[in-house]
Amino acid sequence: MRLYRAVFANGLRRHATYRAATAAGLLTNTVFGLINAGVLLALFDARPHINGYDAADAITHVFITQALLAPTAIMGPPLELGERIRTGDIATDLMRPAHPLAWWLADDLGRAAFQTAFRGAPTFTAGALLLPLDLPADPARWAAFTTAAALAVLIGFALRYLFALAGFWLLDTRGLASLLFLAGPAFSGVLLPLVLFPEPLATTMRALPWASMIQFPVEAFLGKHTPPELAAGLARQAAWAAALLALGALATTRATRKAVVQGG
Amino acid sequence: MADTPDRRPAPPARTYLRLIWTWSRAMAQYPLSLAFLGLAQSLSVTIELIAVLTVFGHARTLAGFTATEALLVYGLAGTAFGTADLLIGQVERLGAHIRSGAFDTMLIRPVSPLVQLAADEFSPRRLGKLLPALACLAYALATADIDWTPARALTLPLLIASGAAICCATWLIGACLQFFIAEAREAANSITYGGKALTEYPLAVFGTDTARWATFALPLAFVSWQPALHLLDRPDPTGLPEQLRHAAPAAALLLTALAALAWRTGLRHYRSTGS
Repeated sequence: MRLYRAVFANGLRRHATYRAATAAGLLTNTVFGLINAGVLLALFDARPHINGYDAADAITHVFITQALLAPTAIMGPPLELGERIRTGDIATDLMRPAHPLAWWLADDLGRAAFQTAFRGAPTFTAGALLLPLDLPADPARWAAFTTAAALAVLIGFALRYLFALAGFWLLDTRGLASLLFLAGPAFSGVLLPLVLFPEPLATTMRALPWASMIQFPVEAFLGKHTPPELAAGLARQAAWAAALLALGALATTRATRKAVVQGG
Repeated sequence: MADTPDRRPAPPARTYLRLIWTWSRAMAQYPLSLAFLGLAQSLSVTIELIAVLTVFGHARTLAGFTATEALLVYGLAGTAFGTADLLIGQVERLGAHIRSGAFDTMLIRPVSPLVQLAADEFSPRRLGKLLPALACLAYALATADIDWTPARALTLPLLIASGAAICCATWLIGACLQFFIAEAREAANSITYGGKALTEYPLAVFGTDTARWATFALPLAFVSWQPALHLLDRPDPTGLPEQLRHAAPAAALLLTALAALAWRTGLRHYRSTGS
């Protein structure tokens, strides 16, 4: 356990060195938040209520989304693991007395922790200063959102881990990664809140793991669910995280059995 | 001395074409990967189009624009940004080239470093972004209520070229930021991809203030908004004078000059990382 704590701290510290990049990312998230909020404000000016959302819900949705983009890495970047598999550096990793899944999870949680504190939270604060966002007074809503966001980070890691491991079979995962980072924003509520999509499509999107990464945490923040619905949503998130991580562990076993390291 | 080889450097345009042809052939060595990446890019445009249509499906009209007219705006923006992305999109990797020292290699070759930077790892997959945008533009031009006078038909190519030039210049200015702050790639995204997001909707949607900033500070209004007003022959809902819609070529020239200045200043400021 001490090992993984060290990997976690290392991941956190590594990202803390990119100060200018963090500031640049914060600026970009805020600008995109303002542009997306502009479109939705115009839309809700024309139609004040759409499927349970009003204008304040919509712009809060936009800024929670922008705040979650970096911690969940739903639009990338992929894990460095993929590059290590491609170059063969993975051979060194496999010699370490640590499970690759746990190692990379600890590293990625370090990254997510840093980006939540220094990119996500400031982005949301900027949004709240610039626009009248819906800030929950009820601590239960903050608690529900924090839990949902943490589970969203886990799902985000599990998806990227699986795609990185695909490199053991595909060699070049760029095509696959481009599809993953295309599906992510479209099916999660980044592009538009899922409530805006017509019915059969919206339900289908909600059944996929990406909705658990953005749309559900946003709805937890907005307090859109009754307590039983909230519990069911959190359970669905936990189920996705558990299933994808289990699949990741299985794939790791298969991949390491398959890998042949050339001595030299 | 008639057989002395001609040592004058080839014109930049020819070098650029030769470089992108070389890279295209290299990328075509993995046809499946290329097709896959191109498909992903056209899917990303399709997804954006679905978003625009979903928004207009709920609102019917925004800023007085119907869905078809919004497709005209999207088509103009997508064509301009798709062209810029295809031609010089690679300049956004300047920071990475500086960090790895590859930029120093470009500087010692007898070819314009801008040409090398823009053509580096050129990939035809970026056509995947341009082609659906062009199709959307063609559809909107055919179905929107446009009074096709000869003058209007003749200005269309000029408007498209100006929009593409503005996008290329924006992209280059964003990239030049990386001469000064090497990690600024993502900050540049807020004016390049942010500009793209802004021009995909009728500008009046964002309110009068934003429309003025995007007209006079960073002239993105001339990419899709002013051209659409001109084609549809419609008064500007934000109240700016109608003469502005003829200013797209002037705005393009001005911004291109500014981008050239940014590039020269950045190049002069550049000190190698020494790697």
